[in-house]
Amino acid sequence: MGQDSPLLALRAVSKDFYGNVVLQDVSFDLRAGEILGLVGENGAGKTTLMSILFGMPVIAETGGFKGSILIDGQEVHFGSPFDALDAGIGMVHQEFSLIPGFTTTENIVLNRESMRPSILNEVFGDRMSILDRSDMKKRSESAIAKLGVNLDPGMLVSEMPVGHKQFTEIAREISRKATRILVLDEPTAVLTESEADVLLATLKRLSSEGIAIIFISHRLKEVVDIADRIVVLRDGHAVKDVPAKGVSVRDIASWMVGRSMTDAAAASKDKLFGAEILSVEHLWVDMPGETVRDVSIRVRQGEILGIGGLAGQGKLGIPNGVMGLYPSGGVVTLQGKAVPLNEPRTALKAGMAFVSEDRRGVGLLLDESLDWNIAFTAMQIHGQYLKKIAGGLFTQRDEAGMKKLCEEYIQLLDIKCTGTKQKAKELSGGNQQKICLAKAFAMKPELLFVSEPTRGIDVGAKRLVLDTLRHYNRDYGTTIVMVSSELEELRSICDRIAIVDEGRIAGILPPTADIADFGLLMAGMKVDTTAEVANA
Amino acid sequence: MPKLKEFIADFGWPRIIIFFFLISLFIAAPFVGVRLDASISDVLNRFGQYAILVLALVPMVQAGCGLNFGMALGIVAGLLGSTLSLQFGMKGMFGFLGAIVLATPFSLIFGFMYGKLLNKVKGEEMTIAMYVGFSFVMLMCIMWLILPYNNPTMVWGYAGKGLRTTISVENYWNKVLNDFLAIRIGRFFVFPTGLLLFVAAAAGGMWMFLRSKTGTAMTAVGSNPDYARASGISVDKMRTISVVLSTFLGAVGIIVYEQSFGFIQLYSAPSPMVFPAIAALLIGGASVNKATMVNVVVGTFLFQGLLTMTPSVINSILQTDMSEVIRIIVSNGMILYALTRKTKVTK
Repeated sequence: MGQDSPLLALRAVSKDFYGNVVLQDVSFDLRAGEILGLVGENGAGKTTLMSILFGMPVIAETGGFKGSILIDGQEVHFGSPFDALDAGIGMVHQEFSLIPGFTTTENIVLNRESMRPSILNEVFGDRMSILDRSDMKKRSESAIAKLGVNLDPGMLVSEMPVGHKQFTEIAREISRKATRILVLDEPTAVLTESEADVLLATLKRLSSEGIAIIFISHRLKEVVDIADRIVVLRDGHAVKDVPAKGVSVRDIASWMVGRSMTDAAAASKDKLFGAEILSVEHLWVDMPGETVRDVSIRVRQGEILGIGGLAGQGKLGIPNGVMGLYPSGGVVTLQGKAVPLNEPRTALKAGMAFVSEDRRGVGLLLDESLDWNIAFTAMQIHGQYLKKIAGGLFTQRDEAGMKKLCEEYIQLLDIKCTGTKQKAKELSGGNQQKICLAKAFAMKPELLFVSEPTRGIDVGAKRLVLDTLRHYNRDYGTTIVMVSSELEELRSICDRIAIVDEGRIAGILPPTADIADFGLLMAGMKVDTTAEVANA
Repeated sequence: MPKLKEFIADFGWPRIIIFFFLISLFIAAPFVGVRLDASISDVLNRFGQYAILVLALVPMVQAGCGLNFGMALGIVAGLLGSTLSLQFGMKGMFGFLGAIVLATPFSLIFGFMYGKLLNKVKGEEMTIAMYVGFSFVMLMCIMWLILPYNNPTMVWGYAGKGLRTTISVENYWNKVLNDFLAIRIGRFFVFPTGLLLFVAAAAGGMWMFLRSKTGTAMTAVGSNPDYARASGISVDKMRTISVVLSTFLGAVGIIVYEQSFGFIQLYSAPSPMVFPAIAALLIGGASVNKATMVNVVVGTFLFQGLLTMTPSVINSILQTDMSEVIRIIVSNGMILYALTRKTKVTK
């Protein structure tokens, strides 16, 4: 017994959502006092795995999972998070699950408050007990002391800095007497470096007290520093399970992203690029969840520039900011002319177009017909598809012109629909994406921003969308800036790929660069980017 | 059969039921001693009377501001215009058009301020609009008393100041539209040509506006504000334009109503004008953010037809006055029905 039998063991855990496999035969052990670093790209299955471990109802609702979970060698079945809590698993979520209007103490002991019997108990039972505030305070203080941080037990959560909120969550989990396993999902994502250091030190101390910790992070350096063992998930498989000793950040990065290289990557060899078409200097964008802090980047005429990076690092903020959809600042110059920010109209007029990542929210008029969807922006910005009446006194929509334009794109992009008057909401995701592209192409842009063009569409449509982009770039010389979280996709189509980390450009690499370098950039590590590519 | 089902689903059961109810009223009318020609004349008349008020709702619906429960603002602007026209002693067609011209600046100012307010409460427009309407009508109750009108036909006889609750336009511009080119057939039937022409012109103008660049942009704002913004449209500006337009048409609508009805009704009268207009638009098949000219015409006709026919026919059958009860059940029921169907529209 003791150190030899694992505290927690996952055996061949598999999970699919309606046929879409997200986890396949994942197995690993966790011993008492061990820190396990769990890493993987977005969509590798980390969150799903934790949901299974924690008995989240979403798993049961979508058909349960295969495989088994063992605690102390006994197979367990969690019907709900409460069962997981009883079994001694504490979880600190990515999003804070704290009540803002309650104090630290109240949040830590929530639903486990110390009670004193009152006279009403005689009549109404335990529900009428009185809170024992002094004991609650004592308990929360002891939990905070165990963490070794400085938290005010009486402070309201809403008035706390983010770091303190994170500590409050951890304190809540460890204040449960039974907690033996602590799961932390991206605990350092919102913390400053010094706060993160304190947190890591705290975790080390907790593990020395015998608490087993599963530590999920994108910051690979932290993982290497703190973890005893590292499990790497990739496309739902646990591809590596190794002791952390001797593992370098570079190794982890290449395990994370290391797919076999696909075709077409080197197609850009013989391409010639024109002068600089777009320059962005010190751009900041206040886009919730995708904050851009300081981005400077240059785009050459005729190239396809890829922007990659992990979710929430700010890659989506760049096109949204340049196109004026979110408050932003900095200097954007298109073909030598400055483009004022925060004004979608001027950005469009200057010759830029944008295919939004939020297809249904921003990209389409779901309740309107396809010809409207495609022609609208060109009509409003360039005054096309309008007929002048009474000597230009007022205008009327040119329905025939809109229909012709729409039919053109239906044929060109192979859009599956019943006709130009079909409502956009009735199309499938892939065809909706093609409508969004058609809308942008109808603007005849000099520079096209495409954001997550293949998100949520099937493989065939993906291929067509990418081919269309390539075709427009090659045959019409449209410069394209493509933002995507799928690195392979970027590598297959782009001439250069910029990786964004924490709202800044971490580096620019050619698509042929070593896959590990991309992984390192995503993890916020320095990579020696070759000078010619970076400056080009 | 499937085609019929689709048509019914599209048109909506409530409309079909109301339609057949109206038909049955027309059929029953002669049997209970109600003249059919007089009834049809009444229906046409009331249709023209209310159509512009219903039309006034369309721009705000299209721009995504919801149903204009605050149309009382426009109505008040119209009342200001018509009382001023009487004050200045303008008569005939000149008086009617003068009332519209005098109402215009008020409607533009009210509409602009109202639009600014609604831009601050996106998503809650209809609730806010209702209270704006109610409180503004109450404010005007004070104003009608203290504004310095002195035309003897309008002010209280005993005090010589303060406007009466009901003012006759008999000697000014009573029925100028209704009687314009009117066709009389027999003793009971009058076809109000001028009135219907005016309504047709207004509806045609609105139809053309919605097909213009601005109108298209407005519809897009109502359909998906984020899409419109990403296409370089100023969402707030479009919404303000729609509110101003709606308020202006509300003012025109009430003046058209007054010339046909023969009286200007002040004080709390504007408030109860709004609900029937909204109910009529919804009966016509409009949703909370899509409305067409067909909705306006069909809805006004069905609703006003119902209101005209029920008192005469049902009262003759039941020997009791049920008209008001039926009117309230239908109009409020229709609004309730439409609001519950709001989720059917994709956001």
